[in-house]
Amino acid sequence: MIAFTVNGNKVRVDVAPDTPLLWVLRDTVGLTGTKYGCGIAQCGACTVHLDGEPIRSCTTPVSQAAGRQVLTIEGLSRNNSHPVQKAWIAEDVPQCGYCQSGQIMTTVALLAKIKNPSDAEIDEALAGNICRCGTYNGVRRAVHRAAKLMGA
Amino acid sequence: MKRTVNESRRAFLKATAAAGGGLLIAFRIPGALRFAEAATASSAQVNAFVKIGTDNIVTVVIGQSEMGQGVWTSIPMMLAEELEADWSKIRVEQGGVDPAFANPRYVGFRAQGGFQGTGGSSSVRNVGVNVRKAGAAARQMLITAAAQGWGVNEEECYAEKNMVIHRPSGKKLSYGSLAEKAAKVPLPKYVPLKNPQDFKIIGKSLPLLDTPSKVSGKTVYGIDVKVPGMLVATVAQCPVFGGKAASFNADKAKAIKGVRHVVQISSGIAVVADDFWSAKKGRDALEITWDEGPLAKVSQADLFKSFAELSQKPGAVRRNDGDVEKALKEAAKKIEAVYEVPFVAHVCMEPMNATAQWRGDSVEIWAPTQAQSWTQAAVAKHTGLPPEKIKINTTFLGGGFGRRLYWDFAIDAVETSKAVGAPVKVIWTREDDIQHDFYRPASYNVLAAGLDEKGMPVAWKHRIVGTSILQYFPPFSHLLRKDGMDPTSVGGAGDIFPYNVPNVYVDYTLHNPGVPSGFWRSVGNSQNAFIMESFMDELAAAARKDAFEYRLQLLKNPRDKGVLELAAHKAKWGSPLPAGVYRGIAEHFSYNSYCAQVAEVSVGRDGKAKVHRIVAAADPGWVVHPERFKAQIESGILYGLSGALFGEITIKNGRVEQSNFDNYPVPRMSDMPKIEVYILQGEGEQGGAGEPGVPSASPAVANAIFAATGKRIRKLPVRAEDLRTA
Ligand code: FES
Ligand code: FES
Repeated sequence: MIAFTVNGNKVRVDVAPDTPLLWVLRDTVGLTGTKYGCGIAQCGACTVHLDGEPIRSCTTPVSQAAGRQVLTIEGLSRNNSHPVQKAWIAEDVPQCGYCQSGQIMTTVALLAKIKNPSDAEIDEALAGNICRCGTYNGVRRAVHRAAKLMGA
Repeated sequence: MKRTVNESRRAFLKATAAAGGGLLIAFRIPGALRFAEAATASSAQVNAFVKIGTDNIVTVVIGQSEMGQGVWTSIPMMLAEELEADWSKIRVEQGGVDPAFANPRYVGFRAQGGFQGTGGSSSVRNVGVNVRKAGAAARQMLITAAAQGWGVNEEECYAEKNMVIHRPSGKKLSYGSLAEKAAKVPLPKYVPLKNPQDFKIIGKSLPLLDTPSKVSGKTVYGIDVKVPGMLVATVAQCPVFGGKAASFNADKAKAIKGVRHVVQISSGIAVVADDFWSAKKGRDALEITWDEGPLAKVSQADLFKSFAELSQKPGAVRRNDGDVEKALKEAAKKIEAVYEVPFVAHVCMEPMNATAQWRGDSVEIWAPTQAQSWTQAAVAKHTGLPPEKIKINTTFLGGGFGRRLYWDFAIDAVETSKAVGAPVKVIWTREDDIQHDFYRPASYNVLAAGLDEKGMPVAWKHRIVGTSILQYFPPFSHLLRKDGMDPTSVGGAGDIFPYNVPNVYVDYTLHNPGVPSGFWRSVGNSQNAFIMESFMDELAAAARKDAFEYRLQLLKNPRDKGVLELAAHKAKWGSPLPAGVYRGIAEHFSYNSYCAQVAEVSVGRDGKAKVHRIVAAADPGWVVHPERFKAQIESGILYGLSGALFGEITIKNGRVEQSNFDNYPVPRMSDMPKIEVYILQGEGEQGGAGEPGVPSASPAVANAIFAATGKRIRKLPVRAEDLRTA
């Protein structure tokens, strides 16, 4: 049994300790907002926060989450009220949307560190988040907008 | 643009009372429909175009697949426009498989009842008109119902924002309160569609209806489907195309905790477990001896060698204007070049997957599919079940790009579920996805052109040798001509020749040892536009003319010229640029839309090309949702660049050498140029949005690279090694 916290709720899972956190979240805990895109820490679709740090859940064994706090896209807000989500809606960023949980989670972590990031800082922070639909310019606009909403 | 509701012989609207009360407008297709006949009767209520509830909610049911192009908003907008609906009362539901949703785009297939699918940039321009007819009919019926109730003349009533209003008295009734009554009104025979100048909703960039759930993580893609009792599987497929498992030992796989079954299916060995990770571990533990089959010796180098050999001989003729050989002989100057294009993969962000529940005499499928009808037909053929026993639920798609016009992943799920007697979700890994795709065709192109004394082209000859799309798409196999001509693979390279050149000859030789080739966003256009527009640039350079002026002088169609001029104007063609930045231009017509692009590119001493900005101008006739149209063009541009500047699929020993994003690179945020899209709304039929942005992107960039370096890109992908100066 491995115990940790997901979006403020305590969970205990009976899985092999080397199981990637991604699949525990999706298949065991039942939170499917976090996506599988590559499984090798290349695409960022699986980004969640572990104690506030953005991580690639596809290559993070669940054992590393033991006793720690995991935040997923579902935990950002109940009603899309998080400023990053609001900015995303205002800019209508998503196309297919599949990469967007990862883009948003990476952005939330970025804005916690850098209140008003430059384009170069955004590019760097989001370099690991692939979007095949080419929403990158929309993502960039939304990050700036979110920064403003958060009072930067 | 007056059109009647019931004018078409193919489809009739049908109005009925909805199950829970209210009005429902569906399509009815007369005549026999092979694969979906019975589904109509049983699922008419589900597959209505629109339901108007007594609660005043208007539910739009769409048969198209949402993959980012925006049909969840644009189709409802078209319906709401004609219905005079209150946009805030609109809800959207995904429909099942039904002839009602047959895509009129696939005109060649009327005899089979048409096909329901999303491809060819067709949703708005081809399906939209049916949706508008349904909206117009419903509006008329609501007006009739209100007028009858009030005992007034219909002509004195009009509809606005979910209300019917009696003009003289100001009396009003909501659609919700009229819905039951309207369901008893006979369907009107003739309802004109609105004139564009009267549009209130179409042409506005309304907030997308599917955005909120996409930013909350709630959107259900195929990979997120949950069915009670469901198991999760992953399939070991032979790495060599066409290979099969000769034998396998599942003992170690079965020893993995969570693994329930190991079964052989047509595509390989399926490991079925409680969850994906256990299935994946089980798969890794399988011991399989593959019978690699006859393709085990196929390699990229041999393939292109054969291409080159075959290019010595004439192929099947696609276009033959004038006398190209004579004109080439007599030309003042002759230009020749060879262009090579590799296989490329789709790499949808959501890897292939599907869920199926086999129930003995029926099967239910949940899939991110672009091809409901073809999937249904394929499953029918595969299982022997009648089509009406095959229910398909379309989920959201994490990208499509043509890959999801295929159904291989759905067959995996159906076979596995049948074999284990439980609902099964089959998930492909990214490696499976990249190594078992239907790739954009590889091709080898020999070009020759003759210029007159003034440098203008008098002859254009293009010989294509390449793999075929139609060969790998059975539903369209009849389009593959007996002489080997695949008009789909040759798409954009001769079906229309935009330039005023008196002697044009295009031919094609199909050659493929067995690498699955398929529809890749914008299909033949994506590579053929690269080749044609790069070679056109070569001609302009040989003639010492400006690439923009040269094209402008030669283009025949004013709409081609229009977008070219607009893009050049907005990009300030000819004006100075920052040091080291150079421009390239290209134009291409596809899916009934015209699109020109000007790219600004610099090439570093390390040979790396950086695309700074692309200015695009597109003429799609008219648009429903301008911002989403622009976003689609922008998306297409990046997809085009992905196929030109980034990954390539290579074949060695019958297998794909690439496997994931580490060796099949795709554009990342820092690769994203600034993009400006300008829409030219002119006359004429509506054009597509999803694909027309792709074709002109890569030649515009390649031409800018030439401007920057003097090196012509004749082989994709663009390689830094070839451009390095230090
Ligand atoms: S799925 Fe984890 S980085 Fe791609
Ligand atoms: S929105 Fe489709 S992958 Fe990013």
